[in-house]
Amino acid sequence: MKSALAVHDVSYAYGTTSILKNISFSVQKGSFYIIIGPNGSGKTTLMKIMAGSGKFEKGAVEIMDRPCGQYSRRELARTIAFVPQNIPDDFSFTVREVVLMGRSPHQGVLGLERKEDGKILKKAMAFTGIEHLAHRKIDQLSGGERQRVFIARAICQEPRIILLDEPTAALDLAHQVRIMDLMEQLKNEKGVTVIMVSHDINLAAMYGDRLLLLKEGRIVSQGPAGEVLTFETLEKAYGCLLLVDESPLGAFPRVTPVPHKLNLEI
Amino acid sequence: MPKDVPGITKRILFVSLFLTLLLGAVGFLGISTGSSGSGFRAVWWALVNDSRSDPMSAAIIWHIRFPRVILAALVGATLSLGGLVFQALLRNPLAEPYILGVSGGSAIGAIIGILMGFSRFPGVSMTAFGGSMATLLLLLLMSSGHSKFKDSLLLSGVMVNAFAGAIIMFLMSMTQDSRLHNIMFWLMGDLSLADMHQIGILALVLLPCFGLIFRFSHSMNLLLMGQEVAETMGVNIRYVTVALLVTTSFMVSLTVSYCGPVGFVGLVMPHLLRLVIGPDHRTLVPACIIGGGSYMVFCDILSRVLPEQGEMPAGVVTALVGAPLFIYLLKRSGR
Repeated sequence: MKSALAVHDVSYAYGTTSILKNISFSVQKGSFYIIIGPNGSGKTTLMKIMAGSGKFEKGAVEIMDRPCGQYSRRELARTIAFVPQNIPDDFSFTVREVVLMGRSPHQGVLGLERKEDGKILKKAMAFTGIEHLAHRKIDQLSGGERQRVFIARAICQEPRIILLDEPTAALDLAHQVRIMDLMEQLKNEKGVTVIMVSHDINLAAMYGDRLLLLKEGRIVSQGPAGEVLTFETLEKAYGCLLLVDESPLGAFPRVTPVPHKLNLEI
Repeated sequence: MPKDVPGITKRILFVSLFLTLLLGAVGFLGISTGSSGSGFRAVWWALVNDSRSDPMSAAIIWHIRFPRVILAALVGATLSLGGLVFQALLRNPLAEPYILGVSGGSAIGAIIGILMGFSRFPGVSMTAFGGSMATLLLLLLMSSGHSKFKDSLLLSGVMVNAFAGAIIMFLMSMTQDSRLHNIMFWLMGDLSLADMHQIGILALVLLPCFGLIFRFSHSMNLLLMGQEVAETMGVNIRYVTVALLVTTSFMVSLTVSYCGPVGFVGLVMPHLLRLVIGPDHRTLVPACIIGGGSYMVFCDILSRVLPEQGEMPAGVVTALVGAPLFIYLLKRSGR
């Protein structure tokens, strides 16, 4: 089985509080993998560990069938790119300059631009639809635009795997779908493995090839959306009343939270 | 997409060239200014070793004013660069060696070194370096683990500064040492103690440090994207941070041991230059070195020209300019 990223029995504790417990899963090359779970379930910690910037006590992480400890920082940066949840906006680099920074793991220490960098940059900006913003400053953009700039920057790293931490959290519906479509396209056209942490179960159901449901640092369920997003597992993970039915859009589940005021009992 | 964006190399060269011309002009003005006043022509004659130059003013120019201008330029370059590095690493626009208390810490170290009878280099410089590293560690310990890192860092700096001031005063009142007789002047930043030999040593030590910081200039750009993002773009954060902090505090403590803690220089130039040439550290680092040097030479000229009699410490001028800027930036960052 060729996996892009495999996590073997990883545990992590902060002081005496256990954050992750015996986590094992593997992500197939060229797939769209989405990690869901309630707040505080350890999603972000797991993300950091996969990105190679988080510590863990026990277990092992393999990236492209190689232990992640064997990679140098720069080598890892050419394999995995990361798009954070909170994108900083307190500097005035232009969009072009930020996207170009994605080339740095391929360049020398000073990050001097070479010809091929310009080409890759152009493609990445066209792909994410931000060419018209090239000379705008980051602090003048909307949240959705900034997200796409950071995704273009990640694409410029020419990674085999792209990690995204709740990329749709602060976006309106149109931008949410746009980001998800972009990732789908990245997976299909370039064969990049997409791994995403998301709060949005319905988007996860529509786009994810496989899902991983976490709760309190443990895996509740993993597999295709139809297997993970069942009434029983979701209720166990989120502890609230949910309606799960088939989406009218296709063969994947749709999850609707049930408000208290309806006074529905099971 | 317009294609008129000049490449980074061209931008670095252009900015450096422009600021070097500025530094040359300000430097020439600095050499021409002084109590014994000897017009521009005499200065030119002395500089090019012309036969019309009279030996007296040539001596003043070569042995008093020239070293002083070079010292001012080195100090200004170091402190501006120090401000730039601290602002980038600590993600705080108000960070600066003096405001954070790093200068105060090196001043304690320097005074201890002076009282122990060390020579300025390497003795006093090393005790000053010890003092600055100790304050830096103290600062990072005090402010880490707070959620409001930005504010707690500044508050820690204020406290470290107050504490350093108290210790310096304590040391001064405990000793009736003649070596401390012009310490008051030194405490406000004094550039008058310059002789060419010492300045040569200072330059030889500082120039490689400038080079090292330039090497990390792109890493500072990447760090602005956030620690995790920088790390996933190949930056070894721990290595870069330690290298930059140690180099910077080493440079700052060197200048402190030569001319005392000069305040707020690290605030003025980085902010001004960022406004004019943008946030890219690959241009900002050389610009801060050359521009910061020009700024300090200019402040030194003012400190020699403004008083009716004698001169005032250069730190008075830099504080008069820098402190209001600090208040303005503080007000703006609060919004």
